[in-house]
Amino acid sequence: MIIQKGEWVRIHRVILNPEQRAPQVPDDTKNVPLEMWVKGFLQEEASIGDAVTIKTITGRLEKGTLLEVNPTYTHSFGKYVPELLQIGLDLKEILFGGDSDER
Amino acid sequence: MKDNSYASVMGRKNEIMKNAIGIDYTDFEKDGISFDYERMMRETGYTLEEMQRIQGQTSVGNTPIFEMKNLTALARKYADPGKGARIFIKDEGGNPSGSFKARRAANAVYHAKKLGYKGVIAATSGNYGAAVASQAAMQGLKCIIVQETFDSKGVGQPEIIEKARKCEAYGAEVIQLTVGPELFYEFLLLLEETGYFNASLYTPFGIAGVETLGYELSMQMREKFGKDPEVVVCTNAGGGNLTGTARGLIKAGALETQVVGASVDLAGLHMASDSQFNKKSFTTGHTGFGLPFSTFPDRSDVPRSAARPMRYMDRYVTVTQGEVFYMTEALAQLEGIERGPAGNTALAAAFSIAREMDQDQMIVVQETEYTGAGKHHQPQLSFARENGIEIMFGDPKTQKPGETIVFPKHPGLIQAIDLDMNKIRTSVIKNATVNQGVKRVNSEDIDYLILETRMNREFVIGVLNDLGVEHT
Repeated sequence: MIIQKGEWVRIHRVILNPEQRAPQVPDDTKNVPLEMWVKGFLQEEASIGDAVTIKTITGRLEKGTLLEVNPTYTHSFGKYVPELLQIGLDLKEILFGGDSDER
Repeated sequence: MKDNSYASVMGRKNEIMKNAIGIDYTDFEKDGISFDYERMMRETGYTLEEMQRIQGQTSVGNTPIFEMKNLTALARKYADPGKGARIFIKDEGGNPSGSFKARRAANAVYHAKKLGYKGVIAATSGNYGAAVASQAAMQGLKCIIVQETFDSKGVGQPEIIEKARKCEAYGAEVIQLTVGPELFYEFLLLLEETGYFNASLYTPFGIAGVETLGYELSMQMREKFGKDPEVVVCTNAGGGNLTGTARGLIKAGALETQVVGASVDLAGLHMASDSQFNKKSFTTGHTGFGLPFSTFPDRSDVPRSAARPMRYMDRYVTVTQGEVFYMTEALAQLEGIERGPAGNTALAAAFSIAREMDQDQMIVVQETEYTGAGKHHQPQLSFARENGIEIMFGDPKTQKPGETIVFPKHPGLIQAIDLDMNKIRTSVIKNATVNQGVKRVNSEDIDYLILETRMNREFVIGVLNDLGVEHT
């Protein structure tokens, strides 16, 4: 799929390779690169996976690999955690419930 | 072309910072290890009246205080007769960006604009980023937020992902990075490239911005109840919340009010570890920030941090992740208020501390934060479960951060644990001396350490002797 110049996209770039990382980072972190994701307007026609330049919302130019067009938010309230339901039931019973109501 | 290797950029740190913040910190340095904190706050900050005006221009501050009548009644069920102080919260979630951080950001962005900067940059994954972005939108500056967002598999905490959305909603550019302290390296590169202002969390004007919170709190309580609260609890991470609030209380003359810091206990988890990054269920308000920043404030992104919590803290307690999530649910279910979760760290501590206090006493939790998709205890817990963390009911003290989250089986099990204040104060002195290679201090340094630890000369001298630091 060809993505047109001017589209709002998300790119990825490696900032530091593992051997360039700060000396103080723990070993598990030192084994992986420092990566960056940023969004902006595509500066030339391209396909997903191409090396591209974008202009960010503040007007900076950034280079990286093209990942996504019109990047969307997918975070949510997650899968339901039923234990939470029990907390409210317990507390209402303690505070307002039946025989144990001391008010 | 400039050398942009890690070592080279870090080597240019002081020069970049000086251009990006407009403060020459060397002005306040003294001969030995000390610097003049109060003069720095006076000469580079703003007066309380100026801050109230600046914050008022963008509708920041003047948040209401709510009495938690049902939580108080619940606490009293688990307290000795006559015990169980009245619990209050100051609803800072009502600020434009949804947290007290709007107060810090209002001042920082105002200051940046006054000095003629075209934009602001902040390195933060939390509420402060949203606050800076919100203020930049209101005051017409450009804004870049740099976040530590993902582990090396590209997985991020729901709370941080939501914060990126919120920053972008205000028109900010968000740069998302994987785990690691080199975020600071990227931050410096961006400051250098753009010439924008460093809207650090730790500048004098940022910290002073929180003074209005402490001042307001005292005034509101006096107006309603004719006295200051006996205790104010602050969720503690970088130390600015507690420092600013305590300074505001002092400016109000609330000298008898005890200031308590509260952090979520994340003992055992390394903050810069790629594999442990998503094992924690709190991204702030935890001991992973709270303890290092309390014992060594100048580890921050400015040469001298204006957040120095040990100068003001009377007591420092920890609570567990399970206790805070439980209180977050309790706040919604019993008080009809959905806030947090990280801001409810202090609420969990207050629920415990209230039970030690008399019924005619008052305890105030000085902030709340907004909630929503991603930034809510439900997605944080769901995310924890997906990362192999076991969620159960039981005794919260049996929790292992990164392995289990234990909801208290009943509210009586919510118990704030006191940290050893003298141990923390000893670390403050150690970090200011031997850990910097300092083997000898002068009398001015001793006066400084007395202020830094809020202790007397005997204590400071005793610790210096134990550490083998010579003194004159």
